[in-house]
Amino acid sequence: MHITKDLVAASATPLVLGILAEGESYGYAILKQVNELSGGHLEWTDGLLYPLLHRLERLGHVEATWHTPVEGRRRKYYRITDQGLKELAEQRRQWAAVVDTLRGVWNAGTALRPIPAPAWGVTG
Amino acid sequence: MTVDSGSDLEKQIAEWRAYMRRRRELHQPDAEELEDHLRDRIAELTAAGLHSDEAFLIAVKRMGSLDELSREFAREHSERLWKQLVLTGDDTGTPAAGARRDLLIMIAFAVGAALAFKVPALFGVDISDNSGGDFYLRNFGLFALAPLAAYFAWRRRVSPGVLGVLAALFALGAVAANAYPTAIESQTAVLAAIHLPIALWLVVGVAYAGGEWRSDRRRMDFIRFTGEWLIYFVLIALGGGVLTAFTVNIFSAIGLDAETFVGSWLVPCGAMAAVVVAAWLVEAKQSVIENMAPVLTRVFTPLFTVTLLVLLGAIAWTSNGIDVDRDVLIIFDLLLVVVLGLLLYAISARDPAARPGIFDKLQLALVLSALVIDVLVLAAITGRITEFGFTANKTAALGENIVLLANLSWSAWLFLGFIRGRLPFGRLEQWQTRYLVVYAAWAWIVVLAFPPLFGFA
Repeated sequence: MHITKDLVAASATPLVLGILAEGESYGYAILKQVNELSGGHLEWTDGLLYPLLHRLERLGHVEATWHTPVEGRRRKYYRITDQGLKELAEQRRQWAAVVDTLRGVWNAGTALRPIPAPAWGVTG
Repeated sequence: MTVDSGSDLEKQIAEWRAYMRRRRELHQPDAEELEDHLRDRIAELTAAGLHSDEAFLIAVKRMGSLDELSREFAREHSERLWKQLVLTGDDTGTPAAGARRDLLIMIAFAVGAALAFKVPALFGVDISDNSGGDFYLRNFGLFALAPLAAYFAWRRRVSPGVLGVLAALFALGAVAANAYPTAIESQTAVLAAIHLPIALWLVVGVAYAGGEWRSDRRRMDFIRFTGEWLIYFVLIALGGGVLTAFTVNIFSAIGLDAETFVGSWLVPCGAMAAVVVAAWLVEAKQSVIENMAPVLTRVFTPLFTVTLLVLLGAIAWTSNGIDVDRDVLIIFDLLLVVVLGLLLYAISARDPAARPGIFDKLQLALVLSALVIDVLVLAAITGRITEFGFTANKTAALGENIVLLANLSWSAWLFLGFIRGRLPFGRLEQWQTRYLVVYAAWAWIVVLAFPPLFGFA
């Protein structure tokens, strides 16, 4: 299954914020988590995660710090802020509304039949 | 590190890194962050059994095309490369041919601007006589800025809808400048002549942003553009002054009088053309004197802060009140404009993610001292106005003061929050870009509503 670009883009912010709400993380780990959570259906271009993270940082939804382990290379970690948590709650409300609406449409399956065109005097 | 590849892989990564370095949109820390990611990906793939060179290829491929990546980075970090807006214009064709064509088109617009200024002369409007001078004084903003707006509308290939809005706003300006029965000596006419260029400059901003005038990033780009444009324009004007002086003196040496030519052709037409040329220079020569405005800001912020603090100290020490008349109010309006300018250009060049530093504290001190002084001035002037009543000039000066005071007060508040680490820097940036609408509204009010309000006096 391939998920279209628009949907991937729209869901990126709540996904990243949601993952960071679980705890501090870094780019590669976030991507792996998205991949696992979506069962491999959400395909992101790896690099494009970073401009998104930088945008969230500029808006104040996340904070970034560089950690340097004793040995190994330094790595940039992101942590969600209070403002980011608020934004996440807001996004969750919006997505819940969208999902509910869609579910209503799918479940109404039988009730929402297309209205048949009137048969103008055609006899079978 | 889990990559067991050895020197081959390191060499490939080094090449990739060098390739990324060439992108100006990607700064060192970004490249480092991406490289960290690349190495993680390679480590995972080799752990799954791939050869290191296969793993490298797949990791690079998954990273996405470098073009797309740097475009996204440029979009997010427009303070690094705000000429990326130009991308919409000259993506096509080879760079050299594109630049050449751009140059020719810019020259066409500049010549058009210069000639348009002389079109009224065909109908007997002479800049040197009284009624002609009156006409040019009223319409000066239109002559200077309509070609610039047209140039940007062409550069950005704006949609017909935006084009319509631009045309309508310029038409509105033209009507406001000429339809009111104000004498040119009247206060309201002079005020309109001063405010029309400000209102129209912000209309140029709509064209500059290619119609995306709601976007905060595009507005910030326009603020940057304004500062750089002003610097180029002043440089051109200095050169023009030298040229003018030589022209007059050389020709008088051979017994010819060039002053008429200079006064009615060289200076006015040159100035009109310079408006377009300066705009083109800002975009084309970006890397030559990159971002002069922020550099000047760095130099003058400490100096202005010291001056204002000394002034405050002197007021407190001598307990001299501020002697208020209209000129004083205008001086202090200009002071607020300067302080706001210093603030804007410090903001526009700042990396929004950087931590607050000593310069930010200095900036806050500057804004606060300007605010204290301005409150003193306002208190004094309110007394004067309640005594002598409102005139157009006083109302305009007072209105401007309040518009600027409101901006700076809230900026100071946001700045304080930022320095204490409670607010992200982006909030301050957003406040400034959103406030542009207030300037536009005020300028249009003075142009459109003041003459009838004050009985065309």
